[in-house]
Amino acid sequence: MLKGRAFKFGDSISTDHIIPGRYAYLRSNLTELAKHAMEDADPTFMSRVRAGALIVAGKNFGLGSSREHAPLVIKMAGVSAILAKSVARIFFRNAINLGLPVLLCDTDSIGDGDELEVDLKTGIIRDITAGGQLTFSKIPEIMLGILNEGGLLAYLKKYGDFRL
Amino acid sequence: MGQTLAEKILSAKSGDEVGAGDIVIARVDLAFLQDTTGPLAVRQFHAAGFSCLASSLKAVAFLDHAAPSPNRELSNDHQLLRDFASKIGCRLSEVGDGVCHQVVAESLAKPGDLVIGADSHTVTAGGLGAFACGMGSTDVAVSFGLGKTWLRVPESIKVVISGSFPRGVYAKDLILYLIGQLGADGATYKALEFGGDALSTMTVPSRLTVANMVVEAGAKVGLFPSDDITRDYLISQGRGNDYCRLFPDDSANYEQRININLAELEPMVAKPHTVDNTASVKELKGTRVQQVVIGTCTNGRQEDLAMAARILAGRQRHPRTRLIIAPASRRVLLAALEAGYIRTLIEAGGIILPPGCGPCLGLHQGVLGNGENCLSTANRNFKGRMGNPEAFIYLASPATAAATAIKGEITDPRDL
Ligand code: SF4
Repeated sequence: MLKGRAFKFGDSISTDHIIPGRYAYLRSNLTELAKHAMEDADPTFMSRVRAGALIVAGKNFGLGSSREHAPLVIKMAGVSAILAKSVARIFFRNAINLGLPVLLCDTDSIGDGDELEVDLKTGIIRDITAGGQLTFSKIPEIMLGILNEGGLLAYLKKYGDFRL
Repeated sequence: MGQTLAEKILSAKSGDEVGAGDIVIARVDLAFLQDTTGPLAVRQFHAAGFSCLASSLKAVAFLDHAAPSPNRELSNDHQLLRDFASKIGCRLSEVGDGVCHQVVAESLAKPGDLVIGADSHTVTAGGLGAFACGMGSTDVAVSFGLGKTWLRVPESIKVVISGSFPRGVYAKDLILYLIGQLGADGATYKALEFGGDALSTMTVPSRLTVANMVVEAGAKVGLFPSDDITRDYLISQGRGNDYCRLFPDDSANYEQRININLAELEPMVAKPHTVDNTASVKELKGTRVQQVVIGTCTNGRQEDLAMAARILAGRQRHPRTRLIIAPASRRVLLAALEAGYIRTLIEAGGIILPPGCGPCLGLHQGVLGNGENCLSTANRNFKGRMGNPEAFIYLASPATAAATAIKGEITDPRDL
């Protein structure tokens, strides 16, 4: 069960919004890099985010570059899951590989700052502030397997190979 | 039932007859990383406990995104990748060799290959009939060690192209038009497969331009058949033996068909700050531009420089517009030198950068000032992309870029 506050974003938040290319020189210094998470989407994000927070976005979250640093800095900021109407495919895969849940649902009813409770097992999201309830779409089996182990590396340590 | 190109290639690589929606474990032919995604991949490679490359795999580390490096942090990343490459025996493409996707097309990818790269524009090699898709550092690191990856076989959208390109209209205008139609997520998780009579008039470099940008509509892969034009291209690159013919079956199943008649297209632009925010050049005529960039993995090839040189020959860039040219590879630069294009471009007031990504991602070379407009032949115009979130990026063809450099404002190449 995940519990935290919603940070709401609109449609088309690109990897350049999440972690701008101009900080590529910090990619071997992840602690410094992570200080710039979401900077071009919301410069105040890092000063407001707390452990457990949930990113709630519109369409096509994470479009653009393949930089895995995008989900990585979001995870390092303490975000426990991303809820979005849709997600770009490379970002989706990267987030799951890092053990960061990405859940697809209609996010319109969720307000910025709402307290949310997410049950990964049942697929139900409860909006405690607004009093509503949502379900997220099923994650493909192989991705669920990776997510359950906490990421692709842990998955491979356990199984030694991909399993269908 | 017949198969699409995506289904054919993934069936061959997984050793199973598979169709759209199936999840496969597939053998990877070529895997690569670059200098901004590579260091994390190296870290993950070691964290996964790998110590050597999968034997069946062609693996390459490219130093292209910050080449030559503008600061010590990136120089240290380059060192790390050089050490890694020599330790595990993976190939190294050095500073100045060129952008990964161009070098992959010139020298490495074959029709029918499965190519994965730690760079979203890995899709470029689809122009040669390779199933090429971008992934993150961890996925590529794992493929370095295991020689395989998992994939969902995508549904395919067939794009049927007919007619011929009118004057002033090029492959870049075609793909910008298509992205405008589909939207930035219109092909998410899908394959875009190109076909139709007009393919017989499209060179491999122009197919690479189209395939390069399919990811801007969310696509996983953009596939062209491998035909006589592909064969001639491979021969021209000194690797005719890498050719194999590859076509989809007539009875293949497509989720959707899109027909495009080239004769109806006109020069296109993507406006700030999203690639699907397209308009015709006509509509933007007169927009002041402080910097023009010709290059990148989208349009930094010999025919692109030739197009720009033809328009700029005997003319000058506008005094208030900088003109920056970054050839996509060493091979392109040499060919353009020999053909005299480089001289023409320099005489017109252009600046030639070393082969590589150049100003495309805002790391160095040509970072924009506040409020400036740039017209670039690249593939992305996201806010902040070229190093400054206070700047504005327009995307267009090399012909539109050259015309714009001369006039200092967005200009239809047909008006010159
Ligand atoms: S040229 Fe631009 S889009 Fe192409 S690989 Fe380099 S940074 Fe990426």
